[in-house]
Amino acid sequence: MGQKSQKEAMEEALKQFEQFVESIKQATGLPIVPDQKTGAALWVDQRELRLKYTISVEKIKPFYDGLMDGKLMATKCSKCGTIYFPPQSFCPTCRKSEMQWMELSREGELLTFTVINIKPASFAHYDDYIVGIARLKEGINVTAWVREKDPKRLKVGMRVRIEVVKRQPEGYLTYEIVPVND
Amino acid sequence: MVRNVAIVGVGHSKFGVRHDVSFPELAWESVSQALDDAGLEQKDIEYFIVSNAGGWSSEPLPAVVVGEYCGLTPKGTARVEAACASGSSAIKLAHDIIASGQADIVLALGIEKMNESPTPTVVEFIGRAGNYFWEFQNFGLTFPGYYALYATAYMHKYGATEEDLCRVAVKNHYYGSYNPKAQFPKKITLEECMKSRYVAWPLKLLDSSPITDGSAAAILASEDVARKLTDTPVWIRAIGHASDTSNLSKRDNFLSLRAAVEAAHMAYRKAGVDPSNPIKYFDVAEVHDCFTIAEILAYEDLGFAKRGEGVNLIREEQTYVGGPIQVNLSGGLKAKGHPIAATGVGMAVELTKQLRQEVEKERQAVIERGWALSHNIGGTGHYAYVNIYSLDKPRG
Ligand SMILES: [Zn+2]
Repeated sequence: MGQKSQKEAMEEALKQFEQFVESIKQATGLPIVPDQKTGAALWVDQRELRLKYTISVEKIKPFYDGLMDGKLMATKCSKCGTIYFPPQSFCPTCRKSEMQWMELSREGELLTFTVINIKPASFAHYDDYIVGIARLKEGINVTAWVREKDPKRLKVGMRVRIEVVKRQPEGYLTYEIVPVND
Repeated sequence: MVRNVAIVGVGHSKFGVRHDVSFPELAWESVSQALDDAGLEQKDIEYFIVSNAGGWSSEPLPAVVVGEYCGLTPKGTARVEAACASGSSAIKLAHDIIASGQADIVLALGIEKMNESPTPTVVEFIGRAGNYFWEFQNFGLTFPGYYALYATAYMHKYGATEEDLCRVAVKNHYYGSYNPKAQFPKKITLEECMKSRYVAWPLKLLDSSPITDGSAAAILASEDVARKLTDTPVWIRAIGHASDTSNLSKRDNFLSLRAAVEAAHMAYRKAGVDPSNPIKYFDVAEVHDCFTIAEILAYEDLGFAKRGEGVNLIREEQTYVGGPIQVNLSGGLKAKGHPIAATGVGMAVELTKQLRQEVEKERQAVIERGWALSHNIGGTGHYAYVNIYSLDKPRG
């Protein structure tokens, strides 16, 4: 993808555009600029909305306690035995909340994977990353990043394990799929 | 009592980067065409449904903005969302309102103006469409990324290649080149597709539908009204619908979209189509080719091909004009463009025109049976709608 990271390229393009808008606004008194391709008149929003949510994890706190101990936790319905990952605090089948917490084996096989080459804005600061889905011994699937840069070194069906890792640069605990080379 | 419902008027804007019009102006393009086509006035519309996913565009209440601009107030309205299948959800609700006798004339409008936001923001919004907390928050999946997970699994299992996927793009661009409403009315070669850069390995830029602005409108009417308005009503024969888990990890496999299979079975059952050989009932289909792999999955999920053999339909060019089933002669999402919530209504418009034999001659399907099918998927198999349209009246 060249020397410039996607984030640098994005920020540079945005800065140039904003300078362009500012110069036109100063000259005309209006934030109306011509579209670069067609020349159509575009009003550039003078308001900005930033979205950052707060999401309740109160009922699944043991999952995060597990990450702190390097474990991947799921819930299991005491009544019907269904394992939930992502963990759920209610079983929709039994309509009960009699759930037990259980540690997952963290061993399984890779079902599929992709490389995210064009990244969303909030992931633009990362290098290209591989996302995979692994099926654990318990029969549940886990979506996560795969610790590998080259998709050609991965194979559908290969053995993998799950490891708890600290995601940088944000510095928070999450989990990753790690190929097992045997 | 369930009443017959027909499409009596359709409109379709030019799809593309539409910086030349505002949101309501874009809506008006297709609403005005649909009113003209049906020979109706705004006062005749009893209810209107606006399908819009939004987020990337500035108006949070699209239905009322459109209603005011198009002169549809004070008629009742609501905005609906089913991701990329929003448009088909609007058609379904409009159909059900009429079938149940609550109204005689309902307008369904699909509209999306994605280019009001910069591309990285749009990529972010679509990437969040799945399960935001468990998939996006930590792992930053994108729309092509989700379908790439299906592509990797399918290619591994059945030996399909990146060239095979590109063959879908070549076909859809070929027909798109004859569609003046398409975002990319130009042909591409297999080589060009293969040389395009990866967006989510193994999917490339030319495997992908673009970011699109566009609108499409369909006016639906009860049988009594339809008979008075037109000699060529296009009947809604059946609507099949289903959903699937928000987390992709909750799915059994990545070789098929379960919801599409369910929706197809429901539609076939309602219309009396033999699910073991559905091709013989239809002349033409519009399927949800947001990515090339999705069209191949659609062939199999709809029963046009056996499991693992969908790829043969495109290798053998069986879905071109004159083939046993003619697919995506509009150019599909791939070349016509994919304005998320307008796409489903756009499919209804296209199939209405195909059955009336009103499209450009190079991309007109051979119409012998008078039946058509749309397959519209929301998200990554999260929502599915399979609609069956016919020139002959369903019952009564
Ligand atoms: Zn249970």
